[in-house]
Amino acid sequence: MRTLRFREALREAMIEEMERDDRVFLMGEEVGFYQGAYKVSEGMLEKFGTKRVIDTPIAEAGFAGVGVGAAMVGLRPIIEFMTWNFSAVAFDQILNNAAKVRQMSGGQFDCPIVFRGPNASARQVGSQHSHAMEHFYAHVPGLKVVAPAFPADAKGLLKAAIRDDNPVLLMESETLYGVKGEVPDGDQVVELGKATVARPGTDVTIAAYSRMTHVALEAAAVLEKEHISAEVVDLRSLRPLDEGTLVASVERTHRMVVVHEGWPYGGVGAEIADRVQRLAFDALDAPILRVTTLDVPMPYSAKLEAACIPQAERVVATVKRLMARGRA
Amino acid sequence: MTSEPPTQSPPLTRPSGELEHLAQLYRQMLLIRRVEEESARGYAEGKIGGFLHLYIGQEAVAAGALAALRPDDYVITTYRDHGIALAKGMPPRALLAELFGKVTGCSRGLGGSMHMFDKEHHMLGGYGIVGGHIPLAAGVAFASKYREDGKVTLCFFGEGAVSIGGFHEGLSLAALWKLPIVFICENNEYSMGTPLSRSMSVEDVSLKALGYGMDRDRFFADDVLEVERRVGEAVKRAREQSLPTLIEVRTYRFRGHSMSDPAKYRTQAELDEHKKRDPLHRARTAVLAQGLGDARMEALEKSVEAEVADAVKFANDSPEPTLAELEATTYSGPFAY
Repeated sequence: MRTLRFREALREAMIEEMERDDRVFLMGEEVGFYQGAYKVSEGMLEKFGTKRVIDTPIAEAGFAGVGVGAAMVGLRPIIEFMTWNFSAVAFDQILNNAAKVRQMSGGQFDCPIVFRGPNASARQVGSQHSHAMEHFYAHVPGLKVVAPAFPADAKGLLKAAIRDDNPVLLMESETLYGVKGEVPDGDQVVELGKATVARPGTDVTIAAYSRMTHVALEAAAVLEKEHISAEVVDLRSLRPLDEGTLVASVERTHRMVVVHEGWPYGGVGAEIADRVQRLAFDALDAPILRVTTLDVPMPYSAKLEAACIPQAERVVATVKRLMARGRA
Repeated sequence: MTSEPPTQSPPLTRPSGELEHLAQLYRQMLLIRRVEEESARGYAEGKIGGFLHLYIGQEAVAAGALAALRPDDYVITTYRDHGIALAKGMPPRALLAELFGKVTGCSRGLGGSMHMFDKEHHMLGGYGIVGGHIPLAAGVAFASKYREDGKVTLCFFGEGAVSIGGFHEGLSLAALWKLPIVFICENNEYSMGTPLSRSMSVEDVSLKALGYGMDRDRFFADDVLEVERRVGEAVKRAREQSLPTLIEVRTYRFRGHSMSDPAKYRTQAELDEHKKRDPLHRARTAVLAQGLGDARMEALEKSVEAEVADAVKFANDSPEPTLAELEATTYSGPFAY
């Protein structure tokens, strides 16, 4: 075990996989000479050279498509978006080409590609730079979407993503890149599609992922002082979604709150609410509630931004509202 | 149904002798024309659904351009993809079965007219979002350069794709990274119903290459051998110098944009004028002038008829795909839900 920052864990995963497989390369804006917009790829150009650490012009549709084409003929690209916000102009490449080429070719062509970068809100970066894009992408069959909260999972999931024969989208967070955590030594791969219980509890399940797992844990600590035992399920993977871990948890706690960034209409929280009420209706003592970003474009004002993004206080208040409904 | 067709498509390797080569190109063009005519019939009979964009009139582009390639070179194109797929070596059986929505089709009946894929023949498919496949093509050429495999990628699209971002990003990256690729704009004068004069600020599509510092060429697709020669120069540049080229091939489609298009945006006189210079007839005349002889011509044309008839029968007789195809083809490995 070593203690690594989130960005170092991601870097280690890429370096190890590039050493293991010469078909793997990293491509994106500022990944090489600049050392990565958020220093995730720091030192990689020096290690692998310009053949395998490739700076691109600002052309997301172009280099996302280049990645898909290269993957179709057998390479295993890692495409970095400086942020997932900019993937909006490459949406057609991900939706119509990466996700569909296998099915529309009758299974002839695989697309083993990883798209990764920071997702959701940062700090006061305004309405066009704060999107939680995972909701759009998790909707699409043909894609896999993962969103780790801790360095060990970031490394293990990225390694699994690179080895997967399908397009895998890894959602990071600018606000998590400096977070430290223990990372196992050696070739630790975390299977896609498996949630973990980040904190056990008995009274309510809080399901979250990425940075919101940390918010959920903060809320659980506050709730503990008020004698409410919250179990935090860290989803890690959004598609495939680990129904088993969610259902098992709610069968213990009988209540569920889902916390995520991004707007409330549709999305991952709505999907979880649908599945859990179908699969564990009899275990539920109350409706499943969601804590999401408010249903407006993200404002710049620090005060208003904080009000829009889910905070521990809002999670605590939502859990208390849920607990107020007595057991049926 | 699983038996071999009675006749085979001509091999892509170039035989000795100009006459034999030209005869093969004519056969290729005729096969495309006849398959497309049968496609139109199948559509009218309700055997083909959705969109159907025919290649009739443009056959010299596919036959000539692909004759300039090695069999292991890559090809990728837009939704008007039947002619390109056949010229790349896809058997007519696989193409017509795909159009008829059968599991024996090249894409198991899941792709349809716009998505003709054939991995064995390095046909990387037809794509339905205009310009969206152009960055993909750059990626395929990127992979060839990365692996140093010596392969060239040919990327086809219409002049209607030249106004969308994917075209510019794809060409920009291909030129920046010096990729072994040839971009072929099949300028058939109409972007659906809009003539070039109303969709572009310049009349010469190949000028777009200048901004990217890319080599360019521009010519009419009347003579299939000329298409082969000119595309061949660009392929050579790609293979030997790893440099991209933009080629504008001026051609004309004799049918509407798709089967639902009566093509009221052009006059009958204009269409008649273009049909007079039908490259298929020109190739036939040239083959006879070079001395193929009536008997061999008759045998050649009969063999095409037999191959097409066999493919239609095969497509008709084949089974439809089952629901089991869906999840298995969406993901490699277990379905991700």
